[in-house]
Amino acid sequence: MTTQILFAGFGGQGILFAGKFLAYKGLMEEKQLSWLPSYGPEMRGGTANCSVIISDEPVGSPIVSEPDVLVAMNLPSLDKYEDAVVPGGMILVDSTLIERKVKRDDVKVFYIPATRLAGELGTPTLANMIITGKLIRECDAISYEHLEDALHKVVSARRANLFDANLNAINCGYQFA
Amino acid sequence: MAEKVLMKGNEAIAEAAIRAGCRHYFGYPITPQTELAAYMAKRMPKIDGVFLQAESEVAAINMVYGVASTGKRVMTSSSSPGVSLKQEGISYIAGADLPALIVNVQCGGPGLGGIQPSQSDYYQATKGGGHGDYHLIVLTPASVQEMADLTSLAFDLADKYRMPSMLLADGTMGQMMEPVILPEEHVNVIDKPWAVTGTQMQRKHNIINSLYLVPEELERTNFERYERYAQIEKEEVRYESYMMDDAEYCLVAFGIAARVSKNAVVALRAKGIKAGLIRPITVWPFPKAPIAAAAKHVKAFVSVELSMGQMIDDIRLAQNCEKPVVLCNRAGGMIPDPAQIIAAVEALKGGND
Repeated sequence: MTTQILFAGFGGQGILFAGKFLAYKGLMEEKQLSWLPSYGPEMRGGTANCSVIISDEPVGSPIVSEPDVLVAMNLPSLDKYEDAVVPGGMILVDSTLIERKVKRDDVKVFYIPATRLAGELGTPTLANMIITGKLIRECDAISYEHLEDALHKVVSARRANLFDANLNAINCGYQFA
Repeated sequence: MAEKVLMKGNEAIAEAAIRAGCRHYFGYPITPQTELAAYMAKRMPKIDGVFLQAESEVAAINMVYGVASTGKRVMTSSSSPGVSLKQEGISYIAGADLPALIVNVQCGGPGLGGIQPSQSDYYQATKGGGHGDYHLIVLTPASVQEMADLTSLAFDLADKYRMPSMLLADGTMGQMMEPVILPEEHVNVIDKPWAVTGTQMQRKHNIINSLYLVPEELERTNFERYERYAQIEKEEVRYESYMMDDAEYCLVAFGIAARVSKNAVVALRAKGIKAGLIRPITVWPFPKAPIAAAAKHVKAFVSVELSMGQMIDDIRLAQNCEKPVVLCNRAGGMIPDPAQIIAAVEALKGGND
């Protein structure tokens, strides 16, 4: 099985970070995988997106043009990629930042007020991990296993104090109904 | 077996270079290869190596020339506009018959261009780039694993043939992360009697130079060098063949274009169209023989490139234009998707039926 995931949003929302976390999870599950960022020259702002492919077979092109799973963290991303999602695929929407509904009726859609929930947790920058928690819950290809190990890989030792906050955010999304 | 780690392509090059015994890195920052330099900046001081951010690309390549003269493994890296600046130095290094590694993580051009992936430095890498008659051994990785493996190989080949080698990657390969098994540490064991290492008053001076004012002498060095090139063309061609046995349409692509092309081959096969892929791993020397062999049974070739069509010339030449070659391309930082390649092959098939 091959799962193609596209994270998309603004630079600074932790798009690449969330993708990297899933990539490490795939590595620990001994899957084949690729992680490919695409962004402009800006450190913050501008558009950022990240292609993650997790597969049981060698990965061909690392570019996700027809995602099985789209994580849209801003309106331009939903506008741009909604039609590209494969029929039967999945769209996760940060409904704090995106007011409109998904137009497609042939995909599973989850609205998560990730940015609002992140604020309520006291970690306003972790909307990315809340939505990732929901992704782990809903996407069959991604298990809850190895979650902490993967998180240790992406939260550097220097920032170990943020480990619990990230875990908390993932669990918040995971439990969001 | 060694552990699989997750790394960016740029970092994999840097770590593989260190493991290949490279302790001298000279460069100047440019996107999309910056992680390579950053990795070297962090690691080299800890292993008694040299990381030096030069004042310019021109300075960096001449520092490479200097260290290469001493027989030490040395490298520089940059992206397209920066590699243009290095061309004079590369020609001198080739003219002085020195091994060195130059990495080009290509981005779109010409001019200052953009920061997104491209393959439009193919001509520059394979047809000279600098002045004079010379070649580089040019390796084109198509995965993070190959970013590491071909770095090791590039150092070995450069030493073996006393010439500069180039890793011709692109922004995608540099920026993407994939699991990689890093090569074992290996030390440079090849004897380099030509190196400028101090005579200890025991031997004649070695002189490293690319200046020959007597034309007969300069001609001789050129002819000798081309004998070596002929040997390389015979012995060092590398490529991957994918589903070519019964192929009627042959895609030819390297690097990221090859990754996309592989998806297209699978999709075309699912539609009952017999497509295959030849992926050059060396673009100089170019895999002429497998292309010529394919020409005997395919109806046409498709050159899939992130440029306006540069490798396409080599595909035509490799098979003396026996079969038509069409171009399927994007440029300026854009990447063809499988659908575009599938459409190109279907158009050919339509024309043939």
